Amino acid sequence: MANPDPFTTRNPFTDVESPAVSVTIEDLSKSFGTVEVLKHISFKVEPGEIFVLMGPSGSGKSVLIKHIVALEQPTAGRVTIDGRDAADQATREKVRIALVFQAGALFNSMSVYDNLALYLREHRIANEAGIREKVMRALQILSLEGAVKKFPSELSGGMKKRVAIARALVMEPQLMLYDEPTSELDPVMGATISEIIATLKDDYHVTSIVVSHDRDLALSISDRVGILMGGELIFIGPPSELRHPKDPRVDDFLNPRIDLKNPRFKKLET
Amino acid sequence: MRQFTRILEGFGSTLLLLIKSMSYLPTLPRQFHRFIEQCYLIGYTTLPIVAILSFFIGSVLALQAGYAMQNFGAKQFIGTLVGLSMARELGPVMVAILLAGRVGSAITAELASMKVYQEIDALETMNIPPARILVMPRLVAVLVMVPVLTIIADLVGWFGGAIVCKYTSFIAIDPPAYFSALRRFMTFEDVLNGLIKAEAFGFAVVLVCCNIGLNTRGGPREIGASVTRAVVTSLITILVLDYFVTKALM
Repeated sequence: MANPDPFTTRNPFTDVESPAVSVTIEDLSKSFGTVEVLKHISFKVEPGEIFVLMGPSGSGKSVLIKHIVALEQPTAGRVTIDGRDAADQATREKVRIALVFQAGALFNSMSVYDNLALYLREHRIANEAGIREKVMRALQILSLEGAVKKFPSELSGGMKKRVAIARALVMEPQLMLYDEPTSELDPVMGATISEIIATLKDDYHVTSIVVSHDRDLALSISDRVGILMGGELIFIGPPSELRHPKDPRVDDFLNPRIDLKNPRFKKLET
Repeated sequence: MRQFTRILEGFGSTLLLLIKSMSYLPTLPRQFHRFIEQCYLIGYTTLPIVAILSFFIGSVLALQAGYAMQNFGAKQFIGTLVGLSMARELGPVMVAILLAGRVGSAITAELASMKVYQEIDALETMNIPPARILVMPRLVAVLVMVPVLTIIADLVGWFGGAIVCKYTSFIAIDPPAYFSALRRFMTFEDVLNGLIKAEAFGFAVVLVCCNIGLNTRGGPREIGASVTRAVVTSLITILVLDYFVTKALM
């Protein structure tokens, strides 16, 4: 059923509506010692939007996403979620934010079922019957019913990613953050994960911020794309603008040409 | 100077973890399953090694005391010496050292690997404080299990001394005489002092090991480094605390 309000999350479990949130990054800088990882980053993600943040390895994408869930504190600037400071404990209590980690970060000592049930149990969201219903619903959405009793060590890379998404989903999030959701996956599984992210946005209107290297994912499911390079945001705009980028750095990042006569690694050495 | 700053940082973060963990004490009833699991890991699984070591410590103590005291006719006080030594010093210290080596190292390894593999970050993003579900149940469990382990260590150590006294030819003291000497100069306060010391050591070991585990940064190599640091810090903490608690109880 289509949701009448595009900025409202219709929860997949309770059918209760809760507003999707906006995320605003204001002049954010982050340094580790003398190394400046993020330099005066500013952008806004609108409610219900899929925003894909791309950039080469080490450009500060994962550090940026960690500021949104307060796992890192900014050196300067701030991050707000619907106007509330992301670093405040009260914000985390009021806004449900879920982060899908690059490696899944599943609890290795727990079964898939318990991984999903932990949040619901700890926050006393439902009784055991209710928890079972919500967990099984999340597993069903991601076609993981068969993995319910398995432990993370028994799962493939793609299944781990899907379990991590299912675990995020039971939190009934207003904001979903994905850190490299398609990395280390084969192309088909990468496409499946992209479809899942787009479906969650379409069906439940969750605001999504995706950190990824995956050009196909960015071009096919994003509403807007940001490109981070050397700690600076060098591009922000709709994916259509990336088909013929004007900035040579963006072009080189998205369409790298293999030049055997003048290889890149030799330029890096000098 | 840098080393001194690191020690102060470690002390401060341990203290903060203690305050934070204790603030979650009211959640203990609904975490009872975690408390029981930790009691099993800290108490039950440590019991065999505690019993074996305390038996031989009591035995060696009796043997050395018998060898030294036979020359000046004080063999009848071997029971007193073994009894007081085990209750006031060796029982608590040995239990604490075993806790550091067996339980503390396992706690640090588990929490450090959870930190390195982002499980702790995942808990924080779910708004589940790690101090509530990973630290507080362990601290309460150690407070409950350490006195039990210490009493068992004392009893087994005394028993080990009695066996050696009976079957060693140059000592040859019967168990009734041995236990009579043990009871004559030992009071309930001696045992209680030992239990208080053991509580302080056990609590400090678990707190230090949790803190070091949760503050691990880096990759798998740092997990091993954290375990080593946790055991060394625990041993130093036990011996430093031993002096101050013993002095305070005198």
